[in-house]
Amino acid sequence: MTDGNILSLITFLPAIGALIILVTRGDEATVARNARYVALWTTSITFFVSLYIWWQFDPTTADFQFVQQTEWLGGAITYHMGVDGISMLFVILTTFLMPACILASWTSIEKRVKEYMIAFLVLETLMIGVFCALDLVLFYLFFEGGLIPMFLIIGVWGGARRIYASFKFFLYTFAGSVLMLLAIMAMYWNAGTTSIPVLLEHDFPVDMQLWLWLAFFASFAVKMPMWPVHTWLPDAHVEAPTAGSVILAGILLKMGGYGFLRFSLPMFPVASADLAWLVFGLSVIAIVYASLVALVQEDMKKLIAYSSVAHMGFVTMGIFAANTQGVQGGIFQMLSHGWVSGALFLCVGVVYDRMHTREIAAYGGLVNRMPLYAMAFMVFTMANVGLPGTSGFVGEFLTIVGTFKVNTWVAAIAATGVILAAGYALYLYRRIVFGALEKDTLKSMMDLNRREVVTLAPLLATTLFFGVYPAPIMDVTAVSVENLIANYTAAVEAHRLAGETGLIGQVASLFAGN
Amino acid sequence: MDYAASDVPAFLPALPEILLALGAMALLMYGVFRKECDARETSFGVLGLFALVGALLITEPNATVHTFGDTFVVSGFTKFMKLLILLAAAAAIVMSLTYIRREKMDRFEFPVLIALATLGMFMMVSANGLISLYMGLELQSLSLYVIAAFNRDSGRATEAGLKYFVLGALASGMLLYGASLIYGFTGSVEFPAIAAVLEAEGANIGTIFGIVFVMAGLAFKISAVPFHMWTPDVYEGAPTPVTAFFAGAPKVAAMALVLRVLFGAFPAMEAEWQQIVIFISIASMVLGAFAAIGQSNIKRLMAYSSISHMGFALVGVAAGTPEGIRGVLIYLVIYVVMNAGVFCCILAMQRKEGYVETIGDLSGLSRNQPMVAFLLAMLMFSLAGVPPLAGFFGKFYVFMAAIEAGLYPLAVIGVLASVVGAYYYLRIVKIMYFDEPAEPFEQPMPGELAAVLGVSGVFTMLFFVYPAPLILGAQAAVGALLP
Repeated sequence: MTDGNILSLITFLPAIGALIILVTRGDEATVARNARYVALWTTSITFFVSLYIWWQFDPTTADFQFVQQTEWLGGAITYHMGVDGISMLFVILTTFLMPACILASWTSIEKRVKEYMIAFLVLETLMIGVFCALDLVLFYLFFEGGLIPMFLIIGVWGGARRIYASFKFFLYTFAGSVLMLLAIMAMYWNAGTTSIPVLLEHDFPVDMQLWLWLAFFASFAVKMPMWPVHTWLPDAHVEAPTAGSVILAGILLKMGGYGFLRFSLPMFPVASADLAWLVFGLSVIAIVYASLVALVQEDMKKLIAYSSVAHMGFVTMGIFAANTQGVQGGIFQMLSHGWVSGALFLCVGVVYDRMHTREIAAYGGLVNRMPLYAMAFMVFTMANVGLPGTSGFVGEFLTIVGTFKVNTWVAAIAATGVILAAGYALYLYRRIVFGALEKDTLKSMMDLNRREVVTLAPLLATTLFFGVYPAPIMDVTAVSVENLIANYTAAVEAHRLAGETGLIGQVASLFAGN
Repeated sequence: MDYAASDVPAFLPALPEILLALGAMALLMYGVFRKECDARETSFGVLGLFALVGALLITEPNATVHTFGDTFVVSGFTKFMKLLILLAAAAAIVMSLTYIRREKMDRFEFPVLIALATLGMFMMVSANGLISLYMGLELQSLSLYVIAAFNRDSGRATEAGLKYFVLGALASGMLLYGASLIYGFTGSVEFPAIAAVLEAEGANIGTIFGIVFVMAGLAFKISAVPFHMWTPDVYEGAPTPVTAFFAGAPKVAAMALVLRVLFGAFPAMEAEWQQIVIFISIASMVLGAFAAIGQSNIKRLMAYSSISHMGFALVGVAAGTPEGIRGVLIYLVIYVVMNAGVFCCILAMQRKEGYVETIGDLSGLSRNQPMVAFLLAMLMFSLAGVPPLAGFFGKFYVFMAAIEAGLYPLAVIGVLASVVGAYYYLRIVKIMYFDEPAEPFEQPMPGELAAVLGVSGVFTMLFFVYPAPLILGAQAAVGALLP
């Protein structure tokens, strides 16, 4: 195996699995069973192959590694793959969560299993591609392509209001992204290429940066999602099947943050600096507002969905603090949220499979019948709150530290979000797990079965391990982040020395009061 | 160039057209003199003829040749367009085979008329002067009027044919009026001569009026807003294979004509016609997207869809650059292929009581015919322009050109219109996948439809793997169009 095409192999392995499932024939039960096993095997193999790139990864350089480049659309648009310290771990996160998703759907998906597994495998290919692509057009292809399987997953296997939710999800994301597409084209004509490594070195004119930044922001803010364009998320989360929610929260949301890190910050540094106030504002609103909304939710999935919005607020805030702590924290928070929120949705799925309701009021006292479940759920709840010792703490702490260096007020308000998080998360946990077991329907609940233990155990171990010892992740990202920050600072400094202040910059300083 | 009256023009460059004309006549004779000839025989005859003409076209050299006193031109561009037209027409004939037998339209003239319309389109593509333009356009239009009303026992088809004829004649009249104005103010009917005069003397008000009228006539043919009114009614009323044909080849030919006229005769007046093109482009994209939302008949829906697709293709024309024209060509190829696939699915919507055509009839198709539903869903996503499907690349190249040309408002309105458009394409996917199954269609799909659908679906889904041939082909064609 050469390093040259390992990323393409990882990207397209799931697609091969999907093809295998596509050609299986036989009666419905056999096809369903085969589809499940093929999907599980494919995702597991993909995960182990992807560990190879972590093992071979050279953390001492900020360059792209495992690079592959071949002709594609003719001219300057090529098939170009590669990862650096920022993107590599997202690839691993994706391959890590997929087997859990397949396992979580093992029995809960009963109809059209074959199509379901195909949709998931195709989705995995597209998601990995997003993080590996080193060409803007290729990136866009993967980024938008993911809408098709996700639309079908929500719409076919979702809950009662699945049609509304799937349309809302699709149209929101699509509308944001087409503007980004235009920006990509404008970048092509300005720089003569869509190669990301080249564009990272390219200086875009300042007034152009502003428009490009806004166009990219439209796309990533919807994907992230940031207030006020977050409203598709609670609907999509609630209606999607459990595994769909895991993927949505675990990976799709990360594409927005990844986009900010890969494009907005390094390619449009002056615009990022000028508009950081906007991001801070929206992030703080997201943190406080979404946390408050989460407090009053009656539906478990909706509560976790709003908590995702709040947690993503920390990420955007950290990224646009544009210092080492903030960006490192943002990346860590995204990874940690990836497995923690994924695990929380799995926990909801566990009880949903038994009771077929997500209403919080229908539960209570589960600890009496389900001690194992109560334990797992507790760890993930604590991680969601950001308790020291869990991975949730590291990211939140670092983003707040990073922001504190830039803007004290923003950091202070964001910190109240941590308290609110404790409020809604513990309140949820108390209502579901503690109390007396009074409801008759709950008295025959069974604890986690073996499949569920296998699904949740790796996530639990990861949460605790990286909470105590985050170094493996920090080491990988450190050099790339340092490089990113250094380039960013240099670009912004150069601009300040030149003494240019864009119109937006003036308006912004007006708002900031200085 | 001076031509003496006694000069015999070079016939060789027009060999495909001559062959097509003679072949169509021969098949007509065959049909007349052979008793009880049905459409099947002439269909295969026409397909054979198309194959011959196609082979001839492919082997033709790419060099630009003018003949017939400079009124007829053959180049890499015309070759590209003619092959595309041939492909679309052939697909339409293949798709009609089962339908015309079932709907008692089984008469031998049908394929022959399609062949004659194709001949007209070839003339349009090769026209290098206003007279040859009009000749080609009318040959095509008259054939189309007849086949629109081909199912003469059906009130709807007759109405569609008549409506098409009346409005089409009006558009032809406008075009002719514009042509006469242009002739009057430039003193010439050949495109290069017109261009030379305008280059030397600059624009004048008479020529501008002329362009406006010519553009109005051409906009009618590509069904661009505000000359689109006939489209939904004709699409709905005409027999489905005829609609499939209308949505493909004639659009390509008319768009080729738009390119020929604008870039062949009026490059000096780009600033003037660009405004017109931008306006009809925006109007088509937006109206097509919004009006399709309320449709329940799938043929009407496809009519609005084709209106908005022509709007998208016009974005490339508006850019007025080689990249723009390349975008238009790529767009047309992809559009024709996707369209053929969708109409295969519409043609397969038959139950015991006959053909059905409301969107609701598709409900739950994913259970009854999973493969068909899957391909149709992919075609819908592709029409909406979602990557990595082919439709995305069509939009990508035209908008790329628009951005290069600095037409930012046009591009922004265009992509937002595509989001609105996505809604009604998604609605079809929703009906097939999310809704409960309705009574199944007659199965299995006729073999020839399945074949066309398969080719269309595979092209749409796998275009991204190896797009280079089409892109390079379009590039070469553009090189031949622009001097």
